[in-house]
Amino acid sequence: MDFLMSYETLRLVWWLFLGVLLIGFAVMDGFDLGVGVLLPVVAREDAERRVLLNAIGPTWEGNQVWFVLGGGAIFAAFPLIYAAAFSGFFVALILVLFALILRPVGFDYRSKLADPRWRGLWDWCLFVGGFVPALVFGVAFGNLLQGVPLRFDPDLRVHYDGGFFGLLNPYGLLCGAVSLSMLVMHGAAFLQLKTVGELRERARRWLGLAALVYVIAFAAAGVWLALGVEGYRLLSFAGKAGVSDPLAKTVAVEAGAWFANYYDAPVLWLIPLLAFAGAGLAWYLAPRRPGYAFIASATAVGCTILTAGVGMFPFMLPSSLQPSHSLTVWDSTSSLLTLRWMFWLTVFFLPLIIAYTSWVFRVMRGPVTVEEVRHSDAHY
Amino acid sequence: MISDTLVDLSRLQFAATALYHFLFVPLTLGLSFLLAIMESVYVMTGKEIYRQMTKFWGKLFGINFALGVATGITMEFQFGTNWSYYSQYVGDIFGTPLAIEGLMAFFLESTFVGLFFFGWERLSKVQHLLVTWLVALGSNFSALWILVANGWMQYPVGAEFNPDTLRMELTSFAEVFFSPVAQVKFVHTVSAGYVTGSCFVLGISAWYLLKNRHVAFAQRSFAIAAAFGLASVLSVITLGDESGYELGHVQKVKLAAIEGMWETHPPPAPFTVVGFIDQENLRTNHALEIPWMMGLIATRSLSEPVTGLKELIAGHEPRIRNGMQAYAALQQLRANPGDTAAREILREHGGDLGYGLLLKRRAPNVVDATDAQIAQTARDAIPPVAPLFWAFRIMVGAGVFMLVTFALALLSTTRRQLMRQRWLLKLAVVTLPMPWIASEAGWLVAELGRQPWTVAEVLPTWMSVSSLSVGDLIFSFCGFVILYTALLVVELYLMVKFARKGPGDAPGSSASSATPA
Repeated sequence: MDFLMSYETLRLVWWLFLGVLLIGFAVMDGFDLGVGVLLPVVAREDAERRVLLNAIGPTWEGNQVWFVLGGGAIFAAFPLIYAAAFSGFFVALILVLFALILRPVGFDYRSKLADPRWRGLWDWCLFVGGFVPALVFGVAFGNLLQGVPLRFDPDLRVHYDGGFFGLLNPYGLLCGAVSLSMLVMHGAAFLQLKTVGELRERARRWLGLAALVYVIAFAAAGVWLALGVEGYRLLSFAGKAGVSDPLAKTVAVEAGAWFANYYDAPVLWLIPLLAFAGAGLAWYLAPRRPGYAFIASATAVGCTILTAGVGMFPFMLPSSLQPSHSLTVWDSTSSLLTLRWMFWLTVFFLPLIIAYTSWVFRVMRGPVTVEEVRHSDAHY
Repeated sequence: MISDTLVDLSRLQFAATALYHFLFVPLTLGLSFLLAIMESVYVMTGKEIYRQMTKFWGKLFGINFALGVATGITMEFQFGTNWSYYSQYVGDIFGTPLAIEGLMAFFLESTFVGLFFFGWERLSKVQHLLVTWLVALGSNFSALWILVANGWMQYPVGAEFNPDTLRMELTSFAEVFFSPVAQVKFVHTVSAGYVTGSCFVLGISAWYLLKNRHVAFAQRSFAIAAAFGLASVLSVITLGDESGYELGHVQKVKLAAIEGMWETHPPPAPFTVVGFIDQENLRTNHALEIPWMMGLIATRSLSEPVTGLKELIAGHEPRIRNGMQAYAALQQLRANPGDTAAREILREHGGDLGYGLLLKRRAPNVVDATDAQIAQTARDAIPPVAPLFWAFRIMVGAGVFMLVTFALALLSTTRRQLMRQRWLLKLAVVTLPMPWIASEAGWLVAELGRQPWTVAEVLPTWMSVSSLSVGDLIFSFCGFVILYTALLVVELYLMVKFARKGPGDAPGSSASSATPA
C-alpha cells in the first residue's frame, strides 16, 4: 500500500490520468469537433445540417467536459504545467476559447429562428468552433515536441519569449494537419452510426479522404521527428520522489532523444502501429460494421496522443530556451497530499462518469433522420 | 517589474468575464431546481400542464444555459492564461476543487442536460424526472466546489507555504472543504440563484397574467415561484447575515470596508446607512447612522467591539515588518537550502510572508523598505472602500425589495386574489431585474473586498498575473468583451422572443398540450 501511494507512483499515475483525460477529450469531444468541420461539406441543405447537429446534439455538452476536466486536473495535479503552458500559449489558447465559446451557443440558438442568414451565420460559427480547436491542439503538440521558449526566474515565475506566430512553424503546422485530419476522420466515423442514406455515404467519402491524409501526415511527422527535431534527455534530477522544483535538474538536447523510450522498450512501437491500423480499419469497416469502424477510429485517436506522450516521457513541457527549465513528470506535480486526494476522487468518480455517459449514449442510440428533425420538437 | 497597466488589465478582464458568467449562473441554479419541482408535480399528479410548464421554462433555461457554459469555459482556463503566478503559487490547493467540480458536478450537469431536452420521448416519466433532478443537482454541486475554491481565496485555511517549492501546499483537505467562509458563501450564493430563478418565473408569469394570456399556466407557475422564491429570499438574507457574522471573525478588513467604518467605536457600533467615503483622508462624510445596529450584525452582542479600518491599518505595520523578515529568510534559504536559521525564521514569520510580498510592489528589494513605504503598504492593504460600501447597499436594497415582492406574491396567491391585484403583477414584473443587480453587486462585494489580495494575506493581486505583454491583454480583453456582448444581445433577443411567444404557441409543440389563453 505504501508503494501504491508513494510520491513516485502517484506522479506516474497522474501522468497516466492526464493521458486518459486527454484521450477521453480527443475521443469523445473529438468527433463533435470533427462533425463541426464536416458541417458545411457533408450537409448540403438545412435539414441535413440539422441531422448532423442532432447526431451530436444530445451528447456533445457532456463530451466537452473532458476538456474542462482536463484543464482542472492539470491545474490540480500539475500546477506548474497549467501555469506555464496556458500563459505560454496565450494567444493560441485564447483563440481556442473564442472558438469553443461559439459552440454551446451555436448548437442551442441556430435552429431557434428560421431565417437562412441567421442559420448560415451559426453554421459558420459551428464550423470555426470545430476547426480551430482541432487544428490548434495538434499545433500545440508539434511545438511541445520541438520545445517551447520558456524559462523560470528565481521566484519560479514563468516567462515565455516567443510570440503566437512562432507556433505556426512548419513542424507545428504538420502536427496540426495530423490532429485536424484525425478528428475529421473520427467525426465521419461517428456519422456512420448516426446517419443514413446519401448523408452517410458522403460522410464515408470524407472518412476515406481524412484517413488517408491522417496516415500520410502522421507518418511524415514521425519521420521528420526522427530526422529533423531534436529531443530532450534527462541527465540528472532530484529523483522521482524529489521536490517539485523545475530548476533542479540538467537536461541534454540531442537528435533522436524522443525515440529513446521506443528503443528501450520495443513493445511500445505497437502504439503508433495501432494508430495506423486504426485509421485503415476505420475506413475499411465503415460500410459494413460502423460500430467497429468507430472503435477503430477511436483507437487511432488515442494511440496518436499516446505515441507523442510516450516518446516525450518523462518530459511534459520541454523548454527550448533553457532546457534545464523543462517541466517533467517528476518535478512539476502538486504535493503528495493533493495527488492522493485527487487520486481517490478520480478513482471514485471517473467510472461513475463513464457509466452514466454510456447510459445516455444508449438512450440516444440509433441514427437521426431528416424526417425526425422535421417533426420532433425536441431537436435543435 | 510587472507593470501597473498589465495588472489593471488582467483584473479588468477577470472581472468582466466573471461578471458576464455570473449573469447566467444564478438563473441556471435556480431554474434547474424549479424545473425539477415542476416536473415532480407532473409525475406525482399526472397533470399535463406541469409537463408543459417544465418544457416551456426548460426552453428558456436552455437559452440561458448555453451562455452559462460558453462563458464558464473561459473561467476554467483563465487562471492559467492570465494568472499563471497565482496558478503555480496556490494551484496545489486551488486546483483541487476546480478539478472536483469537473469530476463530480459539471460532468453530471452537462451529460444529463442533453437528455433533459432530447429524452422526453425516449425515457419513462420517472426516468426523465430523475434526469432533471440530476441536472439540478449537478449545477448545485458545481456551485459548491467553485465556492469552496473561492472561499479558500477569501480565507486560506488548511495550507502552508513550502519554501522548497516556493508555493502554498495543502495540509488539510477537510479544513479547505469545511471552511466556514466557503460553506456560508455556498448556501448564500445558491439561495441567491434560487431567488433569481423564482424572480424570472414570477415576473414572466405576471406579465402573462397582465396580458390575460396562458392564465392557468401562468397562475400555477406564479404560485410555485412565489413559494420557492420567498423561502429562498429568506434564506439568502439569513445567510447573508450569517456571512456578516463570519466576516466579523475572519475578514475584519472587508467588513469594516463594507461599512465604511474607519474608527473602532465603543460597542455596540452604529451602522452607516449612507455616507460619502473619503478614502484619502480615512473618513466618511455626512454619514447617516443607526445606533447599535452594526455591533448586533457583526458580533451579535452589545459588548464586543467591531474593529475600524484605522486600527486595522495600524495592525498591518507589524505584519509587514514580519513579512520583511520572512522574505529575507526565504531569499537566504533559496541561496542555501541548508540554512537552518533562515528556515526557523521562515517558520516563525511565514504567516506574514504575504505582507512582505505586498511591500515588494513599493520596495522591489523588500528588505530595504523605508518607513514611508511600509506605512503606505499598510494603507494599501485595505480594499477600495467606496465601491464596496455602495455595492453592498445596492445588494441589500435589491434583496429587501425582492423580499417584499415575494411575501406579497405568496400572500396574494394563497388567498386567490392574484387576478384582482394588478398592481402586484406589475410589481412582480418590475422586480424581474433585481436578482441580477443583487448578484453582480454581491460579486463585487465579495471580490473587491478581497483586494489587494488574490489569496487573502498570502498572495497579492499584483504578483499573481502572468508575464504577458499589454498588447496580449488588449487583444484578449477586447475579444472577450466584443464576443460576450454580441452573444448577450442575441441571448436577450431570443429570451424575450420566446418568453413573448409563451407556452401555447411555442414552435413545434404538440397541439394537444397547448393551453388556451
